[in-house]
Parts: sequence; C-alpha cells; structure tokens
Amino acid sequence: MSVKEKIIEGVLLLCAAVSILTTIGILWVLISESSVFFARVPLSDFLFDTQWTPLFADKHFGILPLVTGTLLTSFIAIAVALPIGLSIAVYLNEYAPKSFRKTIKPVLEILAAIPTVVYGFFALMVITPFLQQIFPQMAGFNALSPGIVMGIMIIPMISSLSEDALYAVPTSLREASYGIGATRFQTSFKVLVPAASSGIIVSVILGISRAVGETMIVAIAAGQQPRLTLNPLVPVETITTYIVQVSLGDVVQGSIEYQTIFAAGIALFALTFILNNISFYIKKKFQEKYE
Amino acid sequence: MYTRSILIPITFLLLTACGSKPNTDATTGDKLGGNINIDGSSTVYPITEAVAEEFQKIQPGVKVSVALSGTGGGFKKFGRAETDINDASRPIKPAEDSLAKSHNVSYVELTVAFDGMAIVVNPKNDWCTDMTVAELKMLWEPEAQGKIKKWNQIRPEWPNEEIHLFGAGVESGTYDYFTEVIVGKSHSSRGDFTASEDDNVLVQGVASDKYALGFFGLAYYEENKDKLKVIGIDDGKAENGEGPILPSIETVKNKSYSPLGRPLFIYVNSTAAKRKEVQEFVRFYLNNTNTLTAEVGFISLTDQESADAKAKWEAFITSLPAAE
Repeated sequence: MSVKEKIIEGVLLLCAAVSILTTIGILWVLISESSVFFARVPLSDFLFDTQWTPLFADKHFGILPLVTGTLLTSFIAIAVALPIGLSIAVYLNEYAPKSFRKTIKPVLEILAAIPTVVYGFFALMVITPFLQQIFPQMAGFNALSPGIVMGIMIIPMISSLSEDALYAVPTSLREASYGIGATRFQTSFKVLVPAASSGIIVSVILGISRAVGETMIVAIAAGQQPRLTLNPLVPVETITTYIVQVSLGDVVQGSIEYQTIFAAGIALFALTFILNNISFYIKKKFQEKYE
Repeated sequence: MYTRSILIPITFLLLTACGSKPNTDATTGDKLGGNINIDGSSTVYPITEAVAEEFQKIQPGVKVSVALSGTGGGFKKFGRAETDINDASRPIKPAEDSLAKSHNVSYVELTVAFDGMAIVVNPKNDWCTDMTVAELKMLWEPEAQGKIKKWNQIRPEWPNEEIHLFGAGVESGTYDYFTEVIVGKSHSSRGDFTASEDDNVLVQGVASDKYALGFFGLAYYEENKDKLKVIGIDDGKAENGEGPILPSIETVKNKSYSPLGRPLFIYVNSTAAKRKEVQEFVRFYLNNTNTLTAEVGFISLTDQESADAKAKWEAFITSLPAAE
C-alpha cells in the first residue's frame, strides 16, 4: 500500500516537475544564446537605438521599434476588449436572467477557441478592407486591424475573469445599494465595479500579456516592417512577428542575425514576465475583503 | 527566394513520383566516371544543383559538385582552370576573359534561362506608371532610410503620401540581384521596408495598399496580374529601347527591359568539354533545364532557343581538337 502511494506521489511530482523544468530549460536557452548576442552588441544599443535592421547591410539593433509595435497592437486590443468585456460581465452579472447566463458563457468561450490563424486572416481579409473604407490612406498591413481582432479574441478572457470578480462581491453590498434607492446601472458601475476592481485590473493585465505574446494574428495582418511609430494605420512589426520572420528565413545558424531571435525572445519574455508579476501583485495586495 | 528554394525539391519529387523519366536523349547507357566541378552564380545554382542531382541518378559514377561563390568569384576560379563549368548571371567581363586567356582557358557560353524582376504598385495607384533606374536607386539606397518617405520626394507631382515599400527577403537571390543592379552594390539597401522571403506577403501587401511599391520575380507577378499593376522601367540608355519599358517575356529576352531582366548562362571550359562525362552532363542540362526553370520562377527558353543552345554545344564539341 505504501509502495503504491509512493509511486503515485512520484508520478504526480514528475508531472509538476515537467512544467517547471520546461520553463527553466527555455530560460536557460534564452539566456545562454542571448548572452552571445549581448557580447557583440552593447545593451545600450539594444535598449536605446531607434532602428532595428539586423538583416541589412547597415545593422542597427534597437529593440524599441519592435517593442512599440508590440505595445501598440496590444493597447488597441485592450481598448477594444475592456469596454466590451466589462459590459458583458456587468450584463451577465446584473441584468441577464440566470438561464441565459448559463448558455451565453460557453458561447463566449468559443471566441477564445477559434484558432488565431483564422483571426489573422479575418483581420487581413475582412477588417482591413472595411477600415480602408473609413481611412482611405490606411496600409494593407497595419496595427489597427490586428489590434481590433486581438481585442475580440481576448473579450472572453476579460469578461469571464471580470464576471467572476463581480460575482464575488458580497450580496450585502448589492442589497445595500438597492436599499438606498440606487438604480441597477448605478449599482453596477458605482458599487460593484469599484468593489471588484482588483479582479478587473488583473483580467486586463492578463489580457495585455496575452496580446503581447500573440503571434499569428500580427504576423499575418500587421506587416513586417519594424518602425518606431504610434500611427496605427501603417505597417509595423511586433517582437513575435520578427521571431517568426527570421525563423522561417534562410538565416545562417550562429550568425548575429540568428542570435537576434533570442535577444528578441528574452525581451518578449521580460515583458510578459513583468506584466504577469504586476497582476499577481495587484491580486494579492488590493483584493478588497468583505466580511 | 522562397519559391525558388522550395520548389526545386518538390518538382523533382513530383517528377519521380509520376514516374516520368528525365529526358536522357542522347545518353547511350554506357557508364561514365570522373568529377565535374561547378561554381558561380547563386541565382543559377538551384537549376544546376537540381540538374546535377538528377544526372547523378543515371550516372552514379560521375561526381558533380556545385558551389555558389557568386558569378564574379566563380569566374576567378574558372579563369584559373580550377572549375569545369561556371554558372553566370551576366556575361563574362573583359578582365575575366583576359584572366582566362592568360591561363590558356577557352570556353563556350550557353544560355540556359532568363531571369526578370517586376516593380509593382497597387492597381488603384493612378500616378505612377513608370520610374527611372536613378529614381529607384534614390528610393532604395541605404542613404534613403528614414529620409525618402513620401511619394512626392521621388517626383514632385506625385501625392504627398507615405510610400510603403515591399521587397524580396534579404537572403534571396532576387534581393541580391535588385540591389546589385539598382543600388550598385549587392546586398546593400535601406532597411525600413517589409522584406519577406514569402512572395505571398509581398503580393498581399502591395495589393491591399494604395501607396505601396514592391519588387519581386517576374514570374510571381505573372501569377498575380489581376491584383497588381506593373510599372515600366527606364534605364536612360537609348540603345536598348527609349523610355520606360514594361517587363514581359519578350522585353526580358531582347534585353530592352534592362537592367531588371537578364539571361542566365553556363560557361564550359573547352579542355573539360573534351571529357565524355562533361559532354553528357551539358547535354543532359540543356535537355532538362526548361522543365525546371519555369517551375522555379525563371523564364524558360523557347524550343528554338533551346535547340540553338544544343546545336551550339554539339558544334563546339566537334570543333575541339581530339583529346591527346
């Protein structure tokens, strides 16, 4: 019996170890490969140069254009996903009948189950031509269209997490609000949303970090031209797109061009790592406790 | 370029899978031996490499090694009689010819295919119908990076709108060719454009953007004619046609679409040409090159041109003094 227990324990430990070891392994590869890169390119160039042209004759290694491309598409995504996602969450929590809520939630989750490559082509073939009717000067590849589509993709994430946060607000608070004569709308946005704000912020940050790491949509629809701009109508390149572009090309292994993948990878890792930690911190620190 | 590097193995898979045998024509069936050393242009390399692979299947005794030092680097070795055949994306230069003469190397030049490039804009672009080579240089040279950003910087009457550039990926032969003939230095261009090895990205980018301009292989334009508008190129030289000239199979072949259209050659050393295995290899090359070149994005020879090349080769071999 105890032997059996030990075996089960060992198997469970192994399963846990696999995920941890994978993370450590990835980190190790990123750090060791990019250390070769940083031995050849000063960190100050990497962080402050405003051009990223490692594949060309005149090489510049400034990550800024890629970071702005990444953040630009991500913030467009959040600008779309937060109002819609939060409205859905409030509607489901306060307005919708219970039975409706039970059916609509899984339907929303379907949005998250659509393969991102499909979203990418949706952005390129449907959203971009539509937006070009409104902005005739808009380029075929741009930050706006994939940003909006990424926003649609992360709506379920925001609405689902926010809804959980709203649901966790004690009924006493809700009833007190109604008791002093507040309308449903006032109760939702003046009482419940502030009370659940920590959970909502966490959903937003997780949404951003999902958008920052998103690859396929931006690779297909945002273009492949690293440029330092906040104009959402022109082609940009995100960190993930750059990694895809170089990995698919004929770049010689071990060359400086090849090592830029890992430098870009570690920048991406740092970005999502920081975001995830902020969300973890907010969750712990600002969770309001109602007893 | 993507299509070129990927399609060759696929083409041969298909060829072998269909059971269709390569055209071996004059091959008598006697087994040959020996080595054939080939070097030269990276543009011609995919054709030569594919032909070499097939040739070694029917003549396993012959070892064909194909390198890609570039046309110029290849001619240096060819001129010193270090290689038997040189792949070339341009005719031999006088300096290279005299190097060959000083080493007592004589040779024959055989055209194997044509290569062309298209400069394309969006069909909604109603202002740009042609450009000069000088304008293209101004737009694409490294100094243009971050400076030449609007259409009206090229010609004042063109719109005051940002120009979005698309081009073949930096590891492709097309990029090398374009930079060499337009900028003047191979592998040197501005870095702020969408560079992709995947031609579909380029076609999609130009087709969906009114203010875009791009370059890629002519064959790829031919496949996407309905979505793109090709512009004429004026090289400012009267001897190969006045004014801007649109690319087509004809204008590439008659050299009027210069400098973005060019013939591709192989040069064969006459001493090597006396060897049985080299004679067979070149025959095999000329018999099979057409099926390949069209598939990988080059312009094939016509039947007449192909027959001429074969006749030139046979005449060259018979004209050689008998092997000692």
